[in-house]
Amino acid sequence: MNITKNLNGTTLEIALEGRLDTVTAPELEDVVKHELDGVNALTMNFSKLDYISSAGLRVLLSAHKIMAGKGGSMKVTNVNEIVHEVFEVTGFEDILTIE
Amino acid sequence: MKELTVEAVVENIPRVTAFIEEELEQAACPMKAIMQIGLAIDELFCNIARYAYPGGTGSATVRLEIDRAARMASLTFIDGGVPYNPLEKKDPDVTLSAEERQIGGLGIFLVKKTMDGMRYERRDGKNLLTITKKI
Repeated sequence: MNITKNLNGTTLEIALEGRLDTVTAPELEDVVKHELDGVNALTMNFSKLDYISSAGLRVLLSAHKIMAGKGGSMKVTNVNEIVHEVFEVTGFEDILTIE
Repeated sequence: MKELTVEAVVENIPRVTAFIEEELEQAACPMKAIMQIGLAIDELFCNIARYAYPGGTGSATVRLEIDRAARMASLTFIDGGVPYNPLEKKDPDVTLSAEERQIGGLGIFLVKKTMDGMRYERRDGKNLLTITKKI
């Protein structure tokens, strides 16, 4: 998986390419844990993400909690059909802001 | 029938996934089903790697059978670890808010929802978990 970060003031866009799974989720977790200081609007761009497993959902949930905890926002954009189905059946579509 | 036996460690997930994907591609399986099966491998192999052999490691086998006439793929995960039937696990409550959410159990639930069938068997001291998917 490739992670591309684009910080613009207090807005951070993280674009993911590949698969967010057991092996790659720790890479995103590292970014979420260490690079959200001073960020108040987070966008996860999934336009090149093939799929997400429960390991990836765990990281999204912690990012969501970090952003919500400091009154910031987080949205997930450009979700493909497979990722959307995962969000739908797990109820994540009710938790996350998906555009 | 094709099968691959590797040490049950999470580092081997990409190898297992690549092996199965190549076979599915040769069978002209649609990309969406290939990705969903990849997701299922991630969840199920990860469970074996983390829980089948407490305090040690062992092997895991993945066996793929493709019924081209019925357009059906069956993938069986076999391990010699502690008896564990994931189908007995209660489904997680997917209506809880972010604060109340537990991620445990979500993986198996996802596999159940995205595959067409799932069955478990304990045979000769081994766990056999089979998922089926229309391709």
